[in-house]
Amino acid sequence: MAAVSMIVNGRVVRGEVEGRTMLVEFLREHLGLTGTHVGCDTTQCGACIVHVNGLAMKSCTMLALQCEGAAVTTIEALSPTGKPLHPMQAAFREHHALQCGYCTSGMVMIALDIARRFGEPDEATIREQLKGNICRCTGYHNIVKAIAAGARAMAGQHA
Amino acid sequence: MRDFVYHHPTSLDEARLLALAEGAMLLAGGQTLLRDMKRGRHAPASLIDITGIVPKHIELNEGGASIGAGATHAEVAGSAALREHLPVLAALVDHIGDPAVRNRGTLGGALAANEPAGDYPAACLALGATVHTTTRKVPAAEFFVSGRTVLEPGEIITAATFPIFKRAAYIKFLNPAARYAMVGVFASCSADGIPSIAVTGARAQGAFRWREAEAALTSGFVAEGLRDIRLSPENLVEDLFADAAYRSHLAAVLARRAVALAGGPAPGVVVLSHGSRAADQQAVTREKAA
Repeated sequence: MAAVSMIVNGRVVRGEVEGRTMLVEFLREHLGLTGTHVGCDTTQCGACIVHVNGLAMKSCTMLALQCEGAAVTTIEALSPTGKPLHPMQAAFREHHALQCGYCTSGMVMIALDIARRFGEPDEATIREQLKGNICRCTGYHNIVKAIAAGARAMAGQHA
Repeated sequence: MRDFVYHHPTSLDEARLLALAEGAMLLAGGQTLLRDMKRGRHAPASLIDITGIVPKHIELNEGGASIGAGATHAEVAGSAALREHLPVLAALVDHIGDPAVRNRGTLGGALAANEPAGDYPAACLALGATVHTTTRKVPAAEFFVSGRTVLEPGEIITAATFPIFKRAAYIKFLNPAARYAMVGVFASCSADGIPSIAVTGARAQGAFRWREAEAALTSGFVAEGLRDIRLSPENLVEDLFADAAYRSHLAAVLARRAVALAGGPAPGVVVLSHGSRAADQQAVTREKAA
């Protein structure tokens, strides 16, 4: 076991982990942050996406120890209890961009990364950028609409 | 996954010494290695994390483009210098994996992994890249050998250098499920007319130069020159998605298209998949040229 410390959703956290402990396992099982999911566990589905130092990454394919000193943001940080939904989350609700919801936290986290890089992306860009996120319910159509709307709302907020 | 000891050294010297230990493996972005460890393909006794100690800067000089091995795919794809001087490479890297993988995976990791359907190895072979390590410089043609690399224990990739090509293009046809290259062809032609064709995804041993196709292009770098060229289906990958005959056919079709694209007015990268519409293909070409 080895000691690890990182900043998760703005709070310094410490833990004892094995070398093989993945970041997602640390988040879910050590910290109880179960909003981040494990879908395929093979770096394909994107259900485990979180932000590490501001960049979207697949937390099932990075070691907790690789995040020593890093700033990690999970879905839980977007709308703390009692606060309104983040504009991207609101757009997902408005556009009915989920059915079972399993992929949703990863979809929202990659959506924020897409908005960061493209501002207000067009439909083709959003579809291309969702290559690493799999949804087995919706057929993606409403997810694409929600990301476009959410990105628009975020751009409006910053203006 | 079997447990291991994790080290995060602070210098290349320290990393080299740790990597010489029995059962040690180097860890860069981990987007291939950690996945392979989950599958049981590797079970190292220790992982030596070289993130942060391998150079990652990207620069252009008279020799071409030099990319630090620690540069992530997102950093390479977003490099203004590369997009201006070697846009085909920036565009190729912009289609490796997916956005989250590109935020983590690195040039050095991709070269060391030499995946059978890797995009970077095809680019290195067709562009005549040189791989720089802590001990030597190795031409790409000698670096990748039969599904592996010539890296010795403790040897660490520090950079790769790529000559600048005006005529260069990459076309890949995606696996319908995992979206890596079922077959990809990188075509280039040097200023003095020497053609290179590299194929990825077709052989389990990884990307290779297609010498017959190159020979057919020496009298002129035009798609027509490849009309009668066929990649032998012998030793090609066969899986659930495509048999050897299909991959052989794809290689020939993509090679002709890649040569036409490389020699045309708007060289770049095209990504095709089942259901691609002709209009989309042209749109991609235009976008990359813009």
